[in-house]
Amino acid sequence: MTALRYAVSDTLVLAKRSFLRIPRQPDLLVGFTIQPVMFVLLFVYVLGGAIATPGFDYVDFLMPGILVQSMAFGGFVTALGLAEDLKKGLIDRFRSLPMARSAVLTGRTLADVATNVIQLVVMLAVGLAVGFRFSSSVPEVVAGIVLLLLIGYAFSWVFAFIGLVSSSPEAANAYGFTIIFPLTFVSSAFVPVQSMPSWLQPFAEHNPVTAMVDAVRALFLGIPAGNSVWLAVAWSFALIAVFGGLSSWRYRRAVGR
Amino acid sequence: MRVVVGGAAIEAHGLRKRYGDVVALDEVDLRVEAGSILGLLGPNGAGKTTAVRILTTLLAPDGGTARVAGFDVVKDAGKLRARIGLAGQYAAVDENLSGFENLEMFGRLYHLGRRVSRERARELLADFDLTDAGERLVRTYSGGMRRRLDLAGALVARPPVLFLDEPTTGLDLTSRLTLWDGIKALVSGGTTVLLTTQYLDEADHLSDRIAVIDHGKLIAEGTPDELKAQVGGDRLDIRLEDTSRCEEALTTLRPLAGGSASLDDGTLQLPLRERRGAIAEAVRRLDEAGVGIDDIAVRTPTLDDVFLRLTGHAAEEEESEAEAR
Repeated sequence: MTALRYAVSDTLVLAKRSFLRIPRQPDLLVGFTIQPVMFVLLFVYVLGGAIATPGFDYVDFLMPGILVQSMAFGGFVTALGLAEDLKKGLIDRFRSLPMARSAVLTGRTLADVATNVIQLVVMLAVGLAVGFRFSSSVPEVVAGIVLLLLIGYAFSWVFAFIGLVSSSPEAANAYGFTIIFPLTFVSSAFVPVQSMPSWLQPFAEHNPVTAMVDAVRALFLGIPAGNSVWLAVAWSFALIAVFGGLSSWRYRRAVGR
Repeated sequence: MRVVVGGAAIEAHGLRKRYGDVVALDEVDLRVEAGSILGLLGPNGAGKTTAVRILTTLLAPDGGTARVAGFDVVKDAGKLRARIGLAGQYAAVDENLSGFENLEMFGRLYHLGRRVSRERARELLADFDLTDAGERLVRTYSGGMRRRLDLAGALVARPPVLFLDEPTTGLDLTSRLTLWDGIKALVSGGTTVLLTTQYLDEADHLSDRIAVIDHGKLIAEGTPDELKAQVGGDRLDIRLEDTSRCEEALTTLRPLAGGSASLDDGTLQLPLRERRGAIAEAVRRLDEAGVGIDDIAVRTPTLDDVFLRLTGHAAEEEESEAEAR
């Protein structure tokens, strides 16, 4: 019992530490606020006119997609942070303390949830300002927001693994971008999948990001969800299970040098 | 807290560790009496850090056993961690937290509770002369301040055994001296310290006993004086104006000699029977004999000499092998 209590309190102590870092590193704060806002504005006003989304206003089509994208990238700071902690020897110090071993990873990923909430608030505010409207019930909107946070948490574990296998924060940055960027672009996030070349469509259709975007779109816009919500939830838990496992395995190895 | 009076706070037998083909530790035995400082001395890549990592439960040994503060480093690792402090060669503190927040966080992770963690943080900031900087983010700290904070972090739980892995590497002299004082104060309070260093003067200055390690092997162990005695006592170095008159000089200096003299790169090296008055006497005798002196000095052996003698190479020349760690 005490072990579990300590695991929780250690996680909270380290989550607080990771979270405090955000306002203190202006570049990270920019990444979490200005950057997503810029994306919303660029897509709505620059690309929006050229992208045909039959049945939707482009801004309504776009917002769920861009929210999923920012949730997917929200864990970036976990990859950077872990790579940095490893490099600077802070992980060694943590491991020499009588704390729960798991807390280094769970603390980081938990802090991401907090930063993701901030991102969501900022982006929804900007979205509403440029004309985005929910057209579903309140419970559906709430479910959509919870789903977005779950998606963000799942990608935090992907980034945790990336941070642990990277030799430096710079490498983590490069890996993260190379993997997540195509994943979010070759999906239904910004354009209808039908508008892609036929050889690319199968990939886009089976891309977990497509399921996630379709689910959020259904929950926010009140269109038929099909099985996309369940698929998105299943994908999220699958990512957490697989990358949570890989990360703890890698954590033990990376530090056992 | 268990303090075994007169017992060993750290005891290791036959520690072995290899990384692929590189043998990092080869049957190393160590013993540190409670309340004393052991200096673990060796060049980069000698295995010092590996030893510390094993003794602080960060790394499992391939073979051998070790007990620290009465706990086995493998079997009782969890319990042991509550009783040790570790300060690393990279100041392992969070740059984006203040000094106070760092110490408070370490206190919480030692499970001291919020109130005690905060009190302890304030106490340590005062002890290490960081009170004024306590609220500032660590990234604004100087190198010396970071190291002090790092050391303070290792002391949060008042551990009976402290490991310092090259605590002063890269620091300027003033910062090193400040840190040395802090370390000495701790030991006078009963803490046992294992300190690794590649600085011979540091080991000499701080340690009760020194263990010399090279290529993963323990090659010597003893008090600083014992080790220095191995390379002989004081020595008179004389540079003559005319080297061809060496024989003459030796004959007239024979009564001062404590051993046979040697000639190294034009400098006559004469082991002394008695250090006191040696220079005056030597100058007088050589003057009487009409042998001109260019330079003359008494030299006391340093740990540098010990190291050179034991390993056949100087202590700080193996930078290129550092990455083999």
